Amino acid sequence: MPEMALGRGARVTDAARPILETRGLTMRFGGVVAVDNVDFSMAEGELRCLIGPNGAGKTTFFRCLTHQYKPTSGHVIYRGDDITGSHTHQIARRGIGIKTQVPSVFDGLDVRENIWLSARRYHSNRESNRVVDEILERIGLTGVANRLVGQLAHGERQGVELAIVLTGDPELILLDEPTAGMTHEEVHRTTEMIREINRTASLIVVEHDMQFIKAIANRVTVFNQGAILVEDTMDNVLKNQDVRDVYLGKREVA
Amino acid sequence: MFNSMLKTFDFNSWNTRGLMVTGAIMLALLFLGPTIFDLFTLLKVILFIAMAMLALSLAFIWGFGGILCFGQSAFFGLGGYVYAIGVINMGESTVPILLAIFIPAAFAMLLGYFMFYGRLNDVYLAVVTLAVTLILYAFIRSTSGEEWVIGKARLMGFNGISSIPDPNWPGFPDSLLWPDDKFYVAMALLILVYFGLRFLLRTHFGRVIVAIKENETRAELLGYDVRFYKMITFTIGGGIAGLAGFLLVTFNNFVNPDKFALALAAQIIMWVLIGGVGTLIGPMLGSLALLMLYNWLGTQNFAGWLNTYLVFGGIILLFVLAVPQGLQPTAQMLALRFLPWTRPTDEGGDSARNGAREGRAGD
Amino acid sequence: MDTAALLIIEVLNGISSLALTCAGLAIIFGMMRVINFAHGEFMMLGGYTTVVATNAGVNIWVSMLILSPLVVGVIGILAERFLIRFFYGRLVDTLIATWGLSLLLIGIVTSIFGNYITGVSAPMGNFSIGQYQLSVYRLVLIGLTVILFAGIYLAFTRTKLGLIARGTMQNADQAAALGISPPKVYMVTFGIGAALTGLAGGLLAPISQIIPTVGFTYVAQAFITVITAGTGAITGTIVASGVFGTVRQLVTYETTPIIGGVALLIVAVLLLRILPQGITGKIFRRSL
Repeated sequence: MPEMALGRGARVTDAARPILETRGLTMRFGGVVAVDNVDFSMAEGELRCLIGPNGAGKTTFFRCLTHQYKPTSGHVIYRGDDITGSHTHQIARRGIGIKTQVPSVFDGLDVRENIWLSARRYHSNRESNRVVDEILERIGLTGVANRLVGQLAHGERQGVELAIVLTGDPELILLDEPTAGMTHEEVHRTTEMIREINRTASLIVVEHDMQFIKAIANRVTVFNQGAILVEDTMDNVLKNQDVRDVYLGKREVA
Repeated sequence: MFNSMLKTFDFNSWNTRGLMVTGAIMLALLFLGPTIFDLFTLLKVILFIAMAMLALSLAFIWGFGGILCFGQSAFFGLGGYVYAIGVINMGESTVPILLAIFIPAAFAMLLGYFMFYGRLNDVYLAVVTLAVTLILYAFIRSTSGEEWVIGKARLMGFNGISSIPDPNWPGFPDSLLWPDDKFYVAMALLILVYFGLRFLLRTHFGRVIVAIKENETRAELLGYDVRFYKMITFTIGGGIAGLAGFLLVTFNNFVNPDKFALALAAQIIMWVLIGGVGTLIGPMLGSLALLMLYNWLGTQNFAGWLNTYLVFGGIILLFVLAVPQGLQPTAQMLALRFLPWTRPTDEGGDSARNGAREGRAGD
Repeated sequence: MDTAALLIIEVLNGISSLALTCAGLAIIFGMMRVINFAHGEFMMLGGYTTVVATNAGVNIWVSMLILSPLVVGVIGILAERFLIRFFYGRLVDTLIATWGLSLLLIGIVTSIFGNYITGVSAPMGNFSIGQYQLSVYRLVLIGLTVILFAGIYLAFTRTKLGLIARGTMQNADQAAALGISPPKVYMVTFGIGAALTGLAGGLLAPISQIIPTVGFTYVAQAFITVITAGTGAITGTIVASGVFGTVRQLVTYETTPIIGGVALLIVAVLLLRILPQGITGKIFRRSL
């Protein structure tokens, strides 16, 4: 693997200081509390998994972090700065990248154009073309570089979105179900890729595939009904009775 | 390889070939215009050019910026009135022409600031822009009284301002433009704006606004301030519409409140719809076709039952139901299918790409 | 004192005419999320129905309260069947298609009746406050508006049909699974919205001038009001009409109707800057 232009990952070793914190983060839709008073914290360089049943509020939590939703109350603190009131584009510029659950890409543009738009935010015109070529190679999209993204298969669209996110050299990457709809082979490749990305960036990954989580994560946060139920190592989480109850449906309210 | 957006110039692509043909036709028209047209026709052509410019302004903000403005006529009328008031007061046209571009642009920016930074959605945008042009229409119509004077210029209400002085060559207040000169200036400006927009669409800015139209959320998540880009797009559209308003005044030295009126606001949408949303040449040709239809209707006697609203409404419904992509992309798609020589030389994946792109094909 | 009473009646009049203008749109756009740019033309058709029928000898109350909603309701259902339903869920296309419909309707009416101003005189004569003469009909109109909105509210909250309609708008798939036919519900709801719009056009006919292009004086203000209303279409529309009607009428009283319209627009844009989700997005969140 050639040296990537992931320059801003230099501070990765600073593990003592949290890269991201939320304090009392709450998101209400009408009478429904989708995210309920969440205090979350993760260290620089960490790879954290979020799990929880459907509707537990994981995706909403992500959207609050990037200000796609304006939280009802609470704070989001990134590298010590309160970014709760920042706009989505400002948060992106601070180095938070997000890969959404359903790939959010520019369907009417081709693969190269998609990635170029991300590269050009940070690089000169000439430099951007070079960065695009590198990332195409790295994600394995060179063969479809000139195809319209809207015509690609789901897995390839996932790849395009990942490429777009990585091109921005984010320091914190939010991945919402990166392996959804992937074949066994593709999951394996994604696992490798996430490990590699984690060398230069912190990651939060929402996942359902337990094998996958076991393979990548050391710490896991379990969401249930909008709140954090447990936060522990994967082994302990699997042993935890509360978690089992939530997944097996014995427990009504956490 | 075929790559319309990222490569700056490519002889093999449909886009570039189309662009060169367009350029050649426009330049030929520019140089031959006064020879092939008689004076009366030449003046009419200036009117067509003004309207094509107006079509271009909406084609840009709607087709590429994704901003559906129902009141593009507001900036057009404003440009006309600003020029008229300016030239009557200053006795010279250089500054008034610039004002006719910049004041509508500034107005568009102000309006755009409130709409885009207020996150108003498509419906609200359509309604607000329509309301603005209708209010301007009502306001200008109510300025018949003698108290409505700006400097030496009386606004004259629904009668409009007539006998507006011709423009002069910049720096020479006494050398006015002859009809031939007006034509040259108008045509040259149209070519300039058309290729200017084409160029803009190839720059970083241009690609970002197309990306925003494609997926606003993703553009934002990449760190682009969507509100700002939209506001600037809208501002550019306002400036071009203002310039078109100036051109219209040079056609018959006259401006009246009808430039803000609903009938015109509706027509601009139709030009773009008919020509093809997402193209630039299409809407210009659309404006030409509809103006000629309009003229022809004016010469016919339909016993009074046929009126412009009926025709316009019918055309809009026809297109939105039957030819939703508009004429240019449809023609392009047919050409690619039935006329082999129009296909790009590089076969394979690229023709499939063209097929899929018919909705936003370049010119 | 007389002036104050007059002003209060004027303001109430402004509010009621704005609320009437919005009633049908509150259902079609506010609840169904269908952008009907021909809303103003539906009102215009209601107005023409009343004028034509009354001039032909029909009792004016019958024309306004029965014929106008009936005629426009039928036209609305036809428009839904043959045009609008093809564009459900496609916002911009609906906008353009209904804009085409709006021009077509203006064209048809112009072809039939010509581009002339018509109207009917208000029934019920005048009364006086001090030196001022006021039409009784304007007072009645305020009362009718209150009754109409109370009726709409009850119909959508307390009747089975209203519940079915609201349920279908919220989740068409779920409604279909319960054995309801969403296309039918959409058609009927659109028809009711159109009929209410026709009714408004009829009721406002005696106090306005009717020309084929009159719709455009209504459409912008109606949309602005319903958008400002937010998700609770009915309650929101009443509140928004109250705010905007007051502003428009007071400014009009001091200046001209044109500046009154401008004031409404400015207040609306500023209000949405403060409350991006509309009035009911923040304040009356749980209401309809």
